Amino acid sequence: MHLTIGWLYGSKMNIYGDRGNVLALARRARWRGIEATVREIGLGEPIPPGVDVFFFGGGQDQEQIAVARDLQGAKGEALKTAVEEGAALLAVCGGYQLLGHEYRPHAGEPLPGIGLFDLVTVAGPERFIGNVVVDSDWGELVGFENHSGLTTLGPGVPPLGRVRVGRGNNGRDGTEGAVYRHAIGCYLHGSLLPKNPALTDWLIAAGLGRRAGPATLSPLDDSIERAAHASAVARAARARG
Amino acid sequence: MGAVSAARPDLRLGAAVAAAKLTALGIRRLGRGGGTSAPGLVAERLDPGLLTKLARRLPRGAVVVAGTNGKTTTSRMLADILAADGCRPVHNRSGSNLVRGVTAAFAAHATLLGDPGGDVGVFEADEAAFPEVVRRLQPCAVLLNNLFRDQLDRYGELDTVARKWRAALTTLPTATAVVVNADDPGLAELTRDLAARVVPFGLAASDYRLTALPHAADAATCRRCGHDLAYDALYVSHLGAWRCPGCGAARPPLVVAGRDIRLDGVEALRVTVELNDAGRALELTVGVPGLYNVYNVVAAVAAAHTLGVPDATIVRALGAFRAAFGRIERVAVRNRTLTLALVKNPVGCNEVLRMLTLATAGLTVPTLIAINDLDADGRDVSWLWDVDFELLADGSAPLFTTGLRGADMANRLKYAGIPTARIHPLPCDLGPALDAFVASIPEGGTGYVLPTYTAMLRLRRILADRGAVETFWKQ
Repeated sequence: MHLTIGWLYGSKMNIYGDRGNVLALARRARWRGIEATVREIGLGEPIPPGVDVFFFGGGQDQEQIAVARDLQGAKGEALKTAVEEGAALLAVCGGYQLLGHEYRPHAGEPLPGIGLFDLVTVAGPERFIGNVVVDSDWGELVGFENHSGLTTLGPGVPPLGRVRVGRGNNGRDGTEGAVYRHAIGCYLHGSLLPKNPALTDWLIAAGLGRRAGPATLSPLDDSIERAAHASAVARAARARG
Repeated sequence: MGAVSAARPDLRLGAAVAAAKLTALGIRRLGRGGGTSAPGLVAERLDPGLLTKLARRLPRGAVVVAGTNGKTTTSRMLADILAADGCRPVHNRSGSNLVRGVTAAFAAHATLLGDPGGDVGVFEADEAAFPEVVRRLQPCAVLLNNLFRDQLDRYGELDTVARKWRAALTTLPTATAVVVNADDPGLAELTRDLAARVVPFGLAASDYRLTALPHAADAATCRRCGHDLAYDALYVSHLGAWRCPGCGAARPPLVVAGRDIRLDGVEALRVTVELNDAGRALELTVGVPGLYNVYNVVAAVAAAHTLGVPDATIVRALGAFRAAFGRIERVAVRNRTLTLALVKNPVGCNEVLRMLTLATAGLTVPTLIAINDLDADGRDVSWLWDVDFELLADGSAPLFTTGLRGADMANRLKYAGIPTARIHPLPCDLGPALDAFVASIPEGGTGYVLPTYTAMLRLRRILADRGAVETFWKQ
């Protein structure tokens, strides 16, 4: 078996240690004897065929504008088609916002997204910063949010989960993230996947399964991951609970 | 408001200075640590003009040192050089570099009559405080080391910090010198077309080059046109001889340049520093390790040279320099030797790892990594994933983890490809963890300890309890 990971704008959208998500996908595949390849998809480069799991991280203002422009047109359409055909995807923070319809800054033109998720993000007056604990269909998730964008989900878009600690999509409705088919968007840094291995394995299985039918992954010893998860939840409860 | 007469004491200023001194004294009596910022808060409350008033009374003016990495070491080097030149520097020496820390340091030196207690100021300012510190001190020189990603949850993103720095720098008059690391493309752009006199420094060395931008590098794109930058030489992170193939922007000509570098493990470094405006070069040997310290040395030389310090004084002072608290130090405890190195952000941590593995091709010494996530550390531990801990996969030495987020650290090591048999998660409580780590080292052996800022403070105290080192504010 082979897992192809497509890292969208890896050298531009790489703040807040989101690289850990790509490491987690690749390592957890390889630990099971599944070959894993990471392909960076940069500015001006087309979406390659055969990607099983995409990762799209956050960037700074300048990078984000260039990336938004790059995704308009054929490239964004190709990414949407890949997700329609079953590819898995994780987008965090800036990447999450650019996969919605648009991002409206305090001043200036809105930044267009590609509408893969039915959601809109508006610049807010306050920055949400801190540990987050989310109850989700993938179990308890823990990460770190750092955003001022307020994201509102369209009707019928399921969130990734409900925030137990932290602010989430917009600080009002208790939701965090969004799910569409095998695509997940959220505000969770941390890195997210290394300490939430059930979510990582779901993305791997979903990505592999789109070609060969449902994949079953052999279990791994996750004691180190579980300890990291538990300590992050404990810190979250202490600081913001 | 120009000259201030000492014959008319400023009662408000005197009261603020007195209150700060009393607060500091009280904190020490209570044994509450260094007392480096509360006195500043008290003084600020009583006289918000304190910094400006005292700075105006410094005969040789004030220097503000800023940058993500190396500001404490660089400002200590500069203060030592100025002291060797016969000055009495006022300096926030223990690394408390917010506005209140600078205020506290200044108030501690000042007299109740408003004498600043020295003739030149050397103040390090953290990234977020830099614009405000510059506004209040009206310095004769600023020294800008680098601008890396660091504790983003506290500072906001790098672009925001850069915009605020630019706004502060454009207010500086022509008499002010801006001594800037031109190897940093972002800083070079921030200091373009200023009214102030810009003195670019950097490296022009043929050794110790990186072959590719590390993951943690920030500014690989041209700040003017957005094109990816090219490097004729790359030394640390995104620092080097850069140019933009898109718009032709390039590193400005260096006035002060380091070349012929020799790194001597965790002990010392040698470098030749060219003073191109004077047509001379200084040969330096300094007792600090690593390529990142070469940048600190060149920065301190550039600032001292700009302030008119004679060459021989610079060479002598740097030859006698000793590392700042916690940056790199060696302590003996229970017949073992520990080398402690502060880690606080991806770039600094990468350079420490590079230093520890450079000479031995892989890690050969047992290592304890202590990660806290308190405010002063940065509450977000995501930065661990930007560090190239993969460097530690070579070698067989055991790796121990501790601190409030020690479990995250152990997980990071696992995903760096380090066999779990080498990873030893210890309790998050630093005392028992340190004891277990020391006990694991054979008598007469050595270990490395890599703590974040608050973990370092706590470990110093634990080591002091075991008779190993003196507390840092006595240095």
